[in-house]
Amino acid sequence: MAKIKYHMLVCGGTGCQAAKSEEILKNFQDLINAKGLETEVQAIKTGCFGFCEKGPIVKMMPDNTFYTQVKPEDCAEILEEHIIKGRKVHRLLYKDPETGEYKSDSKHMGFYKKQIRIALRNCGFINPENIDEYIARDGYQAMGKVLTELTPEATIEILKKSGLRGRGGGGFPTGLKWEITRAVKADQKYVVCNADEGDPGAFMDRSVLEGDPHTVLEAMAINGYCTGADKGVIYIRAEYPLAVERLKIAMKQARDYGLLGNDILGTGFNFDIEIRYGAGAFVCGEETALIHSMEGLRGEPTVKPPFPSESGFLGKPTNVNNVETYANIPAIINKGADWFASIGTEKSKGTKVFALAGKINNVGLIEVPMGITLREVIFEIGGGIKNDRKFKAVQTGGPSGGMLTEKDLDTPIDYDNLIAAGSMMGSGGMIVMDEDDCMVAMAKFYLEFTVEESCGKCSPCRIGNKRLFEMLEKVTQGHATMEDLDKLRNLSHVIKDTSLCGLGQTSPNPVLSSMANFANEYLEHIGEKKCRAGSCKALMQYIIIPENCIGCTLCARNCPVDAIIGERKQVHVIDQDKCIKCGACMEKCKFNAIFIK
Amino acid sequence: MEKIKSLADLRKMQENLRANIDLREKSNEPDKRIQVKVAMATCGIASGAKEVMEVFIEEFTKRNIDAVVTQTGCMGYCYAEPTVEITKPGNEPITFGYVDVKKASKIIDKYVLNNELVDGIIPVNYETIDNK
Repeated sequence: MAKIKYHMLVCGGTGCQAAKSEEILKNFQDLINAKGLETEVQAIKTGCFGFCEKGPIVKMMPDNTFYTQVKPEDCAEILEEHIIKGRKVHRLLYKDPETGEYKSDSKHMGFYKKQIRIALRNCGFINPENIDEYIARDGYQAMGKVLTELTPEATIEILKKSGLRGRGGGGFPTGLKWEITRAVKADQKYVVCNADEGDPGAFMDRSVLEGDPHTVLEAMAINGYCTGADKGVIYIRAEYPLAVERLKIAMKQARDYGLLGNDILGTGFNFDIEIRYGAGAFVCGEETALIHSMEGLRGEPTVKPPFPSESGFLGKPTNVNNVETYANIPAIINKGADWFASIGTEKSKGTKVFALAGKINNVGLIEVPMGITLREVIFEIGGGIKNDRKFKAVQTGGPSGGMLTEKDLDTPIDYDNLIAAGSMMGSGGMIVMDEDDCMVAMAKFYLEFTVEESCGKCSPCRIGNKRLFEMLEKVTQGHATMEDLDKLRNLSHVIKDTSLCGLGQTSPNPVLSSMANFANEYLEHIGEKKCRAGSCKALMQYIIIPENCIGCTLCARNCPVDAIIGERKQVHVIDQDKCIKCGACMEKCKFNAIFIK
Repeated sequence: MEKIKSLADLRKMQENLRANIDLREKSNEPDKRIQVKVAMATCGIASGAKEVMEVFIEEFTKRNIDAVVTQTGCMGYCYAEPTVEITKPGNEPITFGYVDVKKASKIIDKYVLNNELVDGIIPVNYETIDNK
């Protein structure tokens, strides 16, 4: 029998699926069958490769050729050229934007060079819908080892020694959390997986669940063994249909193999998992609100204490961890605490997954060691700023975080340094902004999100954030006074100090950090009625330069609101009261006679 | 489906399953393994490179040799097809010419396992960009 010589890995993440990767996979399979290559070539669906900017991705193994932006109609050429004739399809290779060189091996791409993949170790490598591939890559070995060879105390000790901290944003030491839940006596305990990823722009949890669902199931079982729980619940937002589907497949396969259920691996340990759906409210990422939502109540937080470790789901002790945190655990048990602790900085061990978004060339998902600098992430891995614009700021920690600027570029990234720099780790979203982004407008954008997502339970958050938003609106409209700046600052502090949960306590952060880092921009909006980025429309004016205007009437004919007046061959004028600042006139003018003031 | 009853069973199962993704595991770190590249352009295939590649793959599996077999395009030695380039970790690549099925086995016995050279070696007269 001929042996399989090629594995063609086709990305099956949400991003690539939206760009027809399912059709690509099917095309490959059809072509393989049509050419009678079933015994030599396999097309396999995998999880996310992270390089979403250039998706859909197809990776050829064993020669590691990395094809980008593959279309369903390219399949025949890839199979014909690469597999049958042994020639790479050049036009689909990754082109290095700096050198213009084509790189076929992903290892030589700047995007992958500095990455260390622990949580994402199986994403883009195994078929997430096939438990056998997970088992082949040490799957469920960590659980087996813990159940057979280690006591719960010894396992918790490994986690404590590894230095793993919660990846959902708070950064609480995971081992300690487990120890606290373990110490509470109760007839029933629960472990929960927080898969309610709400931070705009972050999608690492979704990618782990889509690309490697078994790792989360395995880690939850380990958690159950350590804390004394026999039931696990995954709280996932219903907007993640693909992740839900793959989780369900994984749970069924694990049950069929007896890796979930009663008497797992003959050790007498029972553990099973169920899924609860969330409706996608941001506040439900907060653990008390999450638990209420799981119970069928409104997703509102309550005051801590009591902590969920004492009284959580259905009033029982509950240990909540985030998806990415779980994804690290089997690797730590298999490779040891010392190995994990050797990566990262003094107080932040291991790696962190970041979702790069905004004005950056390589939009995607990356996993890097803690302690890497922002400069490396943005300019080396991220490939720099789009369209050669100038870097202005990066928002980390989503709407709860802050803006980091040029001066922070060389700060090693870890939990504590980010807080010291006025931002936070959060779940790992990184939104990059360039000189065309107005910082006041960005702060307003985040505030708009929190106003929308505030659950309304406590007044500082419900009313305060709305007022903050209105004041920012005033600034961007050019109606604000210097007094408003003081009000903005004071109100921000009040909201931070008096809100009930993390959502309100952090929501003014984008305002405070943009005021601290870009005070000039606020002053310009107020004093000079000017937006230097040219993004606040209310402060812009399109003006016709009389010397350049020849009266061709092109602008007037293209103005959607008839705001341009002027006879043929006469200089035209824009009526500022009517102008909606759409920019159509400037785009059409052939004589550069229109400019923005 | 049969349930897995113990950690030992799970480990045994992993051993058996590993072969399925072996190809991918190996290509993750090709530098640490013996790499065999079979030139599979029109000239190579016409001279029987496909069968030669089979031999390498089958023999390596049979004898449990840790190696990656890939195909490449034409190396330019069309007169000596099929040609095979073998890189052992830490060594310079060596290109063998006129490799038929019989010679393939000989190369494995002599060069791959015992570091003995086999006749028909094509002297390297090029530099690859990786070396620069």
